[in-house]
Amino acid sequence: MYSQGLIGSGSENEESEAFLARFQARIDAEEKIEPNDAMPLAYRKTLIRQIGQHAHSEIVGMLPEGNWITRAPTLRRKMALLAKVQDEGGHGLYLYSAAETLGVSREEMTEELLSGRAKYSSIFNYPTPTWADIGMIGWLVDGAAIMNQVPLCRCSFGPYARAMVRVCREESFHQRQGYEIVMTLAEGTDEQKEMAQDSLNRWWWPALMMFGPHDADSSNSDQSMLWKIKRFTNDELRQKFVDATVPQAEKIGLKIPDPDLKWNPEKNDGAGGYDFGALDWDEFWRVVKGGGPMNRDRIAARKAAWENGRWVREAALAHAAKREERAATAKVAAE
Amino acid sequence: MTYAQPIKTAFVETLITLGDDHLILGHRLSEWCGHAPMLEEDLSLPNMALDLLGQANNLYSYAAELEGEGRSEDDIAFLRNARQYRNLLLVERPNGDFAHTVLRQLYFAAAMQPFWQATLNCSDERLNGFAGKAVKELATHIRHCGEWVIRLGDGTDESAQRMRKAVEELHIYTDELFQPNAAMRICVEAGLIADPAAQRDIWNTTIATIFKDAFLQVPEIAFPQQGGREGLHTEALGHLLSELQYMQRTYPGMTW
Repeated sequence: MYSQGLIGSGSENEESEAFLARFQARIDAEEKIEPNDAMPLAYRKTLIRQIGQHAHSEIVGMLPEGNWITRAPTLRRKMALLAKVQDEGGHGLYLYSAAETLGVSREEMTEELLSGRAKYSSIFNYPTPTWADIGMIGWLVDGAAIMNQVPLCRCSFGPYARAMVRVCREESFHQRQGYEIVMTLAEGTDEQKEMAQDSLNRWWWPALMMFGPHDADSSNSDQSMLWKIKRFTNDELRQKFVDATVPQAEKIGLKIPDPDLKWNPEKNDGAGGYDFGALDWDEFWRVVKGGGPMNRDRIAARKAAWENGRWVREAALAHAAKREERAATAKVAAE
Repeated sequence: MTYAQPIKTAFVETLITLGDDHLILGHRLSEWCGHAPMLEEDLSLPNMALDLLGQANNLYSYAAELEGEGRSEDDIAFLRNARQYRNLLLVERPNGDFAHTVLRQLYFAAAMQPFWQATLNCSDERLNGFAGKAVKELATHIRHCGEWVIRLGDGTDESAQRMRKAVEELHIYTDELFQPNAAMRICVEAGLIADPAAQRDIWNTTIATIFKDAFLQVPEIAFPQQGGREGLHTEALGHLLSELQYMQRTYPGMTW
């Protein structure tokens, strides 16, 4: 449930022009905003939405990779994958904690996810039919996540920025691990190479979509940039990702599935960069709105875990209450 | 260390037997990842699974080395048939609900922790190293799962009933924890491992202490189930292996 903190805190702030100007001046001076500081309600709401979505993405993100834990091909890969998926759960936990500092509870956020009111990254609505997908998620999906998240280490909201420092360190390890899985396939038999290429064909465009709509169509971007929650636009980050990833694919002999991809020396103020083809925004919006291949399965899996675990959570609370009661009775008896 | 026959064969088989326990139980725990009753358990269950898989990896690697026939730890883990696995029946039992999972883990850890503790006094240095690690890890498994057994046994009516059901279904597999197979008995005689049978009293005390706080009864078992140590498994193992071995069987001989 929402705590009183959230409900009260917005209305307590007299959002006068002077207050908003003082707040913006702190942001402009690169001061970190901390949970007990006065902040505009819209800033608080934006962060709750964004950190909540980010936490949900980590939790739902455990599912596509979790799909291969019991089938990982070697003991080493199995342990690394299990540890990786566990890391994602850990990221979810820090992020929920960071959001809780803004006055929203984890239970409330979970209910929002399960009811479909809160979103999570659409990339996790694609399936992982082959082992190569585990490598591809590490390389491309974690790679794209890092592009998004490294600037968040400098986000104006302190708890989020600090959570991101650790998350980014782990994500960067995951990205290298994923690339190493793909590289091993690319150096393997024809069947393995084919498995890797097929997987890249399926994940490339969804990975580019992870950066969100074009800047012109992104409703939340401008204000978030002003508040220094965001430091780069969606299109800037997408371009950085393409420029970093294309040479990595070339190095291991995989082909990016984009006939329009070509080097453009004029790009990035003359430093050079890749031109790339148009994204299929119909697909993007279809998946965001629930029409992707795995949306229903992902939410069903989270609902099942939540519902099947209810009796366990209730038992833990009941036991804690009983212990407290017994301790109180024992204390009275001793007196 | 080098060992002469018949000790060498018995020791390799024993390392594989112990590795099988850890691999199969680690596999079962790993099935929970992403589906646990709360986020904290989505972290704890994989932690315990990683401890077990790490031990399996160590035990198989050592077995492969001692054997010296060119098998790798992965060959041992992935390329045997169900009849060749020597794990306890207890560890292959399906996860069931959370009550079953924590109880199964408690039963196993409460027997293996004193086993590894006693194995620290045995003569093989390499195995002692594994034992030292296992003693610490399994102590945390006993604590974590023991606390859950108490919480569930002394929680709500529903949780208490589920906990009793788990005891009823799993206790019949616990006798086997204390029954070494022929290879293990040779290793016990040779001073390479502790005697699993000698850990029964410690196990009884641990379980009795936890069950008292959990308001659970230790049941009388008319027909204890065993056979895993001889490769005679329940039907659950074959299905587990078909997942575990999928990649190695589908794409033989490839590097991953």
